[in-house]
Amino acid sequence: MQLAGGNDGIVVPPIAAGDGRFADNILYFARVLRKAGLKPGPGAVVDAIEAVDALGIGSRVEFHAALGAIFVKRHEDQPVFDEAFEVFWQSRDLVGKMIQLMSPRSPDRSETQKPKAGQSRVSDALMGQNQRPEREERETEVEVDARLTMSPGEVFRRMDFGQMSARELSVARREIERLRLPVDTVKTRRYQPTPRGRRIDPRASMRHSLRTGGDLMLPRVREVRVQAPPLVVLADISGSMSQYSRIFLHFLHVLSERRRRVHVFLFGTRLTNVTRQLRHRDPDEAIARCTEAVADWSGGTRIGETLRVFNRQWGRRVLGQGAVVLLITDGLEREDIDLLETETDRLHRSCRRLIWLNPLLRFEGFEPRARGVRAMLPHVDELRSVHNLQALGDLVAALSAPVSRASDPRRFLLDERAS
Amino acid sequence: MPESAELPRAESIDSVIELLSQHDYLAGRSLATVVFLALRMQRPLFLEGEAGVGKTEVAKVLAKALDRPLIRLQCYEGLDVASAVYEWNYPAQMLEIRMAEASGVSDRGRLEGDIFSERYLIRRPVLQALSGEPGKAPVFLIDELDRTDEAFEAFLLEVLSDFQVTIPEFGTVKAAEPPIVIVTSNRTREVHDALKRRCLYHWVDYPSAADELAIIRRKVAGCNEQLSRQIVAYVQRLRTIDLFKNPGIAESIDWATALTELDRLALDPETIGDTLGTLLKYQEDIARIQGGEGQAVLAAVKAELLAAS
Repeated sequence: MQLAGGNDGIVVPPIAAGDGRFADNILYFARVLRKAGLKPGPGAVVDAIEAVDALGIGSRVEFHAALGAIFVKRHEDQPVFDEAFEVFWQSRDLVGKMIQLMSPRSPDRSETQKPKAGQSRVSDALMGQNQRPEREERETEVEVDARLTMSPGEVFRRMDFGQMSARELSVARREIERLRLPVDTVKTRRYQPTPRGRRIDPRASMRHSLRTGGDLMLPRVREVRVQAPPLVVLADISGSMSQYSRIFLHFLHVLSERRRRVHVFLFGTRLTNVTRQLRHRDPDEAIARCTEAVADWSGGTRIGETLRVFNRQWGRRVLGQGAVVLLITDGLEREDIDLLETETDRLHRSCRRLIWLNPLLRFEGFEPRARGVRAMLPHVDELRSVHNLQALGDLVAALSAPVSRASDPRRFLLDERAS
Repeated sequence: MPESAELPRAESIDSVIELLSQHDYLAGRSLATVVFLALRMQRPLFLEGEAGVGKTEVAKVLAKALDRPLIRLQCYEGLDVASAVYEWNYPAQMLEIRMAEASGVSDRGRLEGDIFSERYLIRRPVLQALSGEPGKAPVFLIDELDRTDEAFEAFLLEVLSDFQVTIPEFGTVKAAEPPIVIVTSNRTREVHDALKRRCLYHWVDYPSAADELAIIRRKVAGCNEQLSRQIVAYVQRLRTIDLFKNPGIAESIDWATALTELDRLALDPETIGDTLGTLLKYQEDIARIQGGEGQAVLAAVKAELLAAS
């Protein structure tokens, strides 16, 4: 495998086997994988070198399989590994690939050439962060694809979100760690042992006393265990909210990863449950599946109708056990306002806490003029503003802020009465 | 097949229908099929469906029909091993220890053996379900599983796959013959796939008009024929108008019973208005039907029955 050398951007020129530096290359390859998010230890590198030695110079497929068997320990890592392998050990068109990876503009992609999951993380890993132009501000491209519509006025669109870079991902995970929803504990009806408490645990006391043959009966105590309630997220992805969709999806993906019992629904003109798609461990893969599942990216919005469908089809199924509902929408409803009010009310009465996150609220002097907003206001527990919805940190901060007058939806209603 | 010897009256789908029908449960063909398969394959049966469609009833009737004891585990949030599987009788154990002290027994091993013996073991439903004799395995009804939390569900996985429970001080209890397990769920939460995978799954739906009429005839003795027809047509129509909570079969039976008690022979708006509380359980739904919509439904029902007769 002789390579086109001379590319300054290339950190590691992979060199053909038998060149004496083959082991080095595997070592470098492992480093690339590590940067791209896999976790190959030094042992794996030794194994890989051994395996390739045992294999001899065979076909590319065998080589790929051998390295894969050693470096990929979780099924979710396979696409990232494949991409890295492809780039690192590819002899054909390497230069082209590198140029593509380094180009600041996103390359033109047609439907058939979707970016593979992990591609941007692999390119980060190969290039090093500093050599890559920042991609964070990259606009999401929207490919409009009008198809046969199910209902009049509904245009199906496909979204294409930029992929998540390795750094973005680690920052996102760190931010989510900081997320502390207010009032975020529910007493369960289970107990856990505690050094000091007031409830005697007879079973533990009995077992403990037997150590001394029943001579010493020291009471063991237990306390009620608390845990975070289930979280149900209803996120608006209609046209007016589309600029935030990407950050939501990443937020929701990391949230599903970090927290138990998270249910996620996206809605524009129709409601889509993407809980399972988001469970995919690889963020790019998860989001790709979400975009496949949702038919109406950034079309219109029918909040009332969506909530009705949710209440009827899902409400009873996911709102049990004291669920907290996070409703992310701007509340700009154009259609049936009465329906919106009834359904918001029902949602409010069937969950433990309804938190509404409204990106419009960040504007100074926000007044709930829109009829939809006014209809929803009396039925939410909290209306939180998020300073900058494009930044995940702000989103987390907004959700973690303690309950205060600022988040009380009634203040807007009071202001109105006063005026 | 040894099973067919043990279950002499359930060797085909038709005989299952027959068997359930003898005990006033009119099962549709698909439900009878999964019941038959559950008996034949000795697999738990997972019944999901709206409230009041007769899920729990299946287990009760099956126990009666097969002449097995029915053991019911009513689930609720926080259900734990102590209340579902077994518990030691602590006060009695304490007494035993005091007695041993008083009589000067100092053999620890013997004391332990005494305290943690069958005498002090309180058997809860799961353990009871595992202690059936061969040929007399009980029907084990796990009702409303969705009300428990994931922890209990995970525990149940183990029980349903091996039919055995380990008690640390006592040993492993294994069922001589696996019980007939019926799990029901109202879908207030999605039950984990892993558990469903071990069961035969069936969604219990509302019955067709003909089936419902047959059920009301069977269950509500003395219900006038014309009234039954009207009730069934009315309820069937209610289920199509997108109410928040559709009336189940249990509600239809209640309604028919109520109207029979009131000596009605036919439906009229006033009667419906007065007795709607047996049928609909949400204020919004009642308000809708008491408004104009109820009238329209009733008119449609009467027209329909006229056309049919």
